[in-house]
Amino acid sequence: MNYVYFDHAATTGVDPRVFARMEPYFSEFYGNASEIHGPGRKAREAVEWGRAAVAQALGANEKEIVFTSGGTEADNMALIGYAQRFSGGHIITSAVEHPAVMESARFLQRQGWDVTFVPVDQYGAVDVDAYRAAFRDDTRLASVMLANNVVGTLQPVAELARIAHDQGVAFHTDAVQVAGSLPIDVDELGVDMLSISGHKIYAPKGIGALYVRKGTRIGPILHGGGHERRLRSGTENVPGIVGIGAALELAVAEMSATRPRLEQLRDKVVAATLATIDEVQLLGDAVNRLPGNACFSIRYIEGESMLLQLDGKGIAVSSGSACASGSLEPSHVILAMGFGAEEAHGSLRLTLGRENTEAEIDYFLEVFPPIVEHLRKMSPLYVKG
Amino acid sequence: MYTDLVMDHFANPRNVGEIEDADGVGQIGNPVCGDVMRMSIKVEDDRIADVKFKTFGCGAAVATSSIVTEMVIGKTLSEAAEISNKAVAEALGGLPANKMHCSNLAADAMHIAIEDYLTRNGRADEVATILKSPKKASS
Ligand SMILES: Cc1ncc(COP(=O)(O)O)c(C=O)c1O
Ligand code: FES
Repeated sequence: MNYVYFDHAATTGVDPRVFARMEPYFSEFYGNASEIHGPGRKAREAVEWGRAAVAQALGANEKEIVFTSGGTEADNMALIGYAQRFSGGHIITSAVEHPAVMESARFLQRQGWDVTFVPVDQYGAVDVDAYRAAFRDDTRLASVMLANNVVGTLQPVAELARIAHDQGVAFHTDAVQVAGSLPIDVDELGVDMLSISGHKIYAPKGIGALYVRKGTRIGPILHGGGHERRLRSGTENVPGIVGIGAALELAVAEMSATRPRLEQLRDKVVAATLATIDEVQLLGDAVNRLPGNACFSIRYIEGESMLLQLDGKGIAVSSGSACASGSLEPSHVILAMGFGAEEAHGSLRLTLGRENTEAEIDYFLEVFPPIVEHLRKMSPLYVKG
Repeated sequence: MYTDLVMDHFANPRNVGEIEDADGVGQIGNPVCGDVMRMSIKVEDDRIADVKFKTFGCGAAVATSSIVTEMVIGKTLSEAAEISNKAVAEALGGLPANKMHCSNLAADAMHIAIEDYLTRNGRADEVATILKSPKKASS
């Protein structure tokens, strides 16, 4: 069966054009970029090309890009690497961060740091007044994601960074879900650190980068041979670095075509779902959201059941239901937005990507209402109909 | 993560619905993730003549409800009462570790329905003998 893939926030496939750029660096040009012989120089050239491509896409300087093993490591490095400069203090973050940030903050908490998790409104946007009020004399760092991975809500990061800087505090943003989808300029945002990940943007899994603004001092969290200007030891993932550079270059070049197309497909699936199914609501902000994200809460039925039914029809989606998570905890993002476990239970997320077509959206809209009806017939909570 | 049999019961659940003039009804909520399951039974000559279920829950919850209905039809109340959570999971060829708690729901809801039947028929004194470990209905 030809799978309809609507789970691009989880991961994407490597774009064949990206793979073609990477391929020579597996078996042909396999040198270690730290060596000064020919093969080593060839690898070094590729690493520096990738660095320049990433810097260019983010409006940064090459020297400000540190390659990591992915978004998780970039987030850990931003929080824990930055915190190393201090003997302790206070960190501000939001209640809807990805676990990579949230658990790094909790780790620091266990080391004696204070952490404020700033609440969000019903659309998932951080409460700017609460954020402003959270700053203290010993606040060292603020970290708020550029866009949420569950509900797609964009955060007012430029404003949040400005507020932090007014207090003399450094600012990090997790841009993993935004890179390649919307324009990013580190100077316009005014951020000091910014995380990205390859596998969300049609590059492979296991590569990411942290932008670290010149003058922002952080310590390494991986120790060893002193790669990446001593910030991240470990032999460079040369094909991965070429991949993330090529993927960003491609995404930026095609953004003016891809973005409106995805927004139009997203708006279509949202409008049609709200119109054809009763007791459904859109989670997140209707306008201020990622181009490919459509996230719903469907009353009286459970997300894993919807996901499996759609899977049976060859459609891949995700859910924030407690039953669909390994931990049996409902999505902390949906709870932080003020909803109960029931709304999280009925949550369903579609995240569209560049290969999706209008025909695929139409197919979803055709098969989904009968699935909802089937599951509601089975639900002891659904009394109508 | 699910066996083919789990997926079969999930995709084609048996005995879905509600018996209008049921002789006994058992409803239980899942304390782990907040799901709800309801079983209604028809009893003739102390045998389960018919059973229907409604479930709000995951794939495992739907599949365990469905297979329990198949396991109890035609059984005496005592036999039905002996079907354990473990037997339900085993009948499905196993469940992932984090889904074992869902199988508790189906057998428990069935036991509560039997208890409800006995109580309605003035046989509350038999609950302890027929149901070796009576369950308290919740939500
Ligand atoms: C917002 C966000 N941050 C961080 C990550 C982690 O990235 P990675 O999977 O590359 O470690 C993800 C993806 O899982 C994400 O969506
Ligand atoms: S019913 Fe929630 S995990 Fe099975």
